[in-house]
Amino acid sequence: MHFFETHRLTKAFGGLIAVNNVTFHVEEGEIYGLIGPNGSGKTTVFNLITAYYPITSGTIRFRGKEMNGLPTWKVCKEGIGRTFQIVKPLARMTVLENVMTSAFCRTSNTAEAREKALEVLQFCEMEKKIDFPAKGLTIGDRKRMEIARALATSPKLLLLDETMAGLTPQEQADGVQLIRKMRNAGITIIIVEHIMHVIMNLCDRILCINYGQEIARGTPAEVANNQNVIEAYLGKE
Amino acid sequence: MKSLYAKIAVLALLAVFPLFVGSDYYRHLVIIALMWVVIGASWNLLAGYTGQVSFGHAIFFGVGAYTAGLCTTQLGISAWWGMLLGGPAAMLVGILIGFICFRLRGAYFALATIAIAEILRLIAIVWRDFTEGMQGILIIQTFRSKVPYYYLALGIAVICMLLIYKIIKSKWGFYFIAIREDQDAAEALGISTFRYKSLSLMVSSFFTGLAGAFYMNYMGFIDPEVVFSLHFISIMAILVSIIGGAGTMWGPSVGAFIMVMLQELFRSSFFGYAPSWVSHAHAMAFGVLVILVIRFMANGVVGDWSKITNLWSKGKPAALVTNGN
Repeated sequence: MHFFETHRLTKAFGGLIAVNNVTFHVEEGEIYGLIGPNGSGKTTVFNLITAYYPITSGTIRFRGKEMNGLPTWKVCKEGIGRTFQIVKPLARMTVLENVMTSAFCRTSNTAEAREKALEVLQFCEMEKKIDFPAKGLTIGDRKRMEIARALATSPKLLLLDETMAGLTPQEQADGVQLIRKMRNAGITIIIVEHIMHVIMNLCDRILCINYGQEIARGTPAEVANNQNVIEAYLGKE
Repeated sequence: MKSLYAKIAVLALLAVFPLFVGSDYYRHLVIIALMWVVIGASWNLLAGYTGQVSFGHAIFFGVGAYTAGLCTTQLGISAWWGMLLGGPAAMLVGILIGFICFRLRGAYFALATIAIAEILRLIAIVWRDFTEGMQGILIIQTFRSKVPYYYLALGIAVICMLLIYKIIKSKWGFYFIAIREDQDAAEALGISTFRYKSLSLMVSSFFTGLAGAFYMNYMGFIDPEVVFSLHFISIMAILVSIIGGAGTMWGPSVGAFIMVMLQELFRSSFFGYAPSWVSHAHAMAFGVLVILVIRFMANGVVGDWSKITNLWSKGKPAALVTNGN
C-alpha cells in the first residue's frame, strides 16, 4: 500500500480529455514533482484530488482509503491540504484571521485556533505581518499566506500549485527553504511548478504529463534528459 | 473599552426611556425600531457576514407572524405561544430553502427568496379558510400599555445581539466570513459551505420569525400585504443593514433607528410641516438615500464612521467628494 496513489485517473470535459489514465504514487515524506507544459492538465489533477471536479474514471487512494466521491471539505479533513495557482486570499480578513479560519479545521476553540495560527505563521516567518489585511499583501506574501493557511489545517499531504510563480529570485530561494522545512516537519508534498531549478532542487521523483497523459517519470536527472520531455517543452528539431 | 462603555450607556438609556417618555407615540417608534434591530441583525448575519443575500426576509417574518396569529384563530390558544413557535416555524422554512438552494452558488438563493415570499403572500391571500385571507388576523392585545411590549422588544433585541455577537466571534463567524470571501477557498480549508450557509440561515430565519411573532402580539393585526410585503419587510431589512453598515456588528442596529425615524418623517409628511404628497414619496426618498450611501459611504454609517467624524472635524464638505471611494 502506498501513502498516496492515483490509479488510471481520467477526467473528460465533454469530448476533451484533460487528464488521461494518469497513474502515480507518492510515499510518505517524499517531495513529488508534477510538471508539464501549459495546459497539460497538472492543475486538473489537483482539482480531481481535492474534488473540485468529479472524476470521470479511475481511483484516488490516500493512506489506504478511497477518496472518490468525498466532497472537497472532507478531503481536507482527511489530511490533504492545497494552495491555489491563482491565490484565493480571504481578502477582507487579516493574515492571522485567514490562518485562524483554517486552524478551526481541527478545533472549535478560538484560543486554540489562534495559538495554532500563530505557531504556523511563525513557522512560515510571517509573524511580523499577522495584522495586515490580506488584500494589501504583495504576491509573494499572498502565496506564503496560502501555504500557512494550508499548513494550519494540519495536512499529512500538501498540494502546492505553482507557489513560486511571480516571485523574485530571493523569494523563490526562501520558498524552497520553506518547502524543505515542511518536509522535515513530516509533511509529504506534491508540487506543480514551472520553474525548473526549483523542481530539480526539491523533488525526489517527477512525473511529466502532456495533453493529460504521462510522457516521462523518474528522478529529476532522468526526466530532464528524457527526449519526450525536451520535445514537449521545446518542440521537435 | 471606550466602545463597551458607549454600548452600556446606550443600553441604559434604552432601559430607562419609557420611564421618562410617557408618550405612547414615541414609545411605539422605539418598539418598532427595536424590532428592526432584530430583523436587521438577522439579515446582516446571513448577507453581510455569510454573503448570502436574501431579498425575501418577509418569508420568515410572515411565517413567524402567522404562526402566532394562527395559534389563536386555528388552535384557540394565546398568540403568545407564537413567541415560542414562530421562531422554530420560520427556521423550518429556512432549512427547507437552504436545503434546496445552498447546493448551488450565485444568484439562485436570492432569486428563490423573492419567489418564495411572493408565493407565501399569495397563499395567505387565497387560502381564506386557514388564514382569513385579505381580512387578515385580528387578535385582542394582552396589554393596553406600551411598556410591557417595550421591555419585551428590548429583551429580544439584547438577546439577539448578544447571541449574534457570540457567533461572529466564534468558529462559525470565521467560517461565515470565509464563505462570503471565497467559497472555493473555504472548501479547501475544510469548511462545508453547504452546512455553514444553512446554519447562518437557520439563526437568521429564527430571529426574524421571532420578530414576526412579536409583531402579531404587539400590533394585534396582520394581513398578507403587510407581513409578506416585499417593500415593507424584505427591502426594509436590506435598507436597515446597508444604511447602518452591512457586515459590521452594530451597523444594522444604528440603521434600524435611522430607517424607522426616516419612515416616520415621511409617513407623517415631516409632522405635517411638508405638503401631504411627501408621504407618498418615501419609497423614492429611500432610493435616493441608498444611492447616496453607496456613493459616499459604501460601508454604511457604522462601517464608514471615521469618514463622518473626519468630515465633522474638518468641516469642509469637499472631503466627501475626494474620499468618496
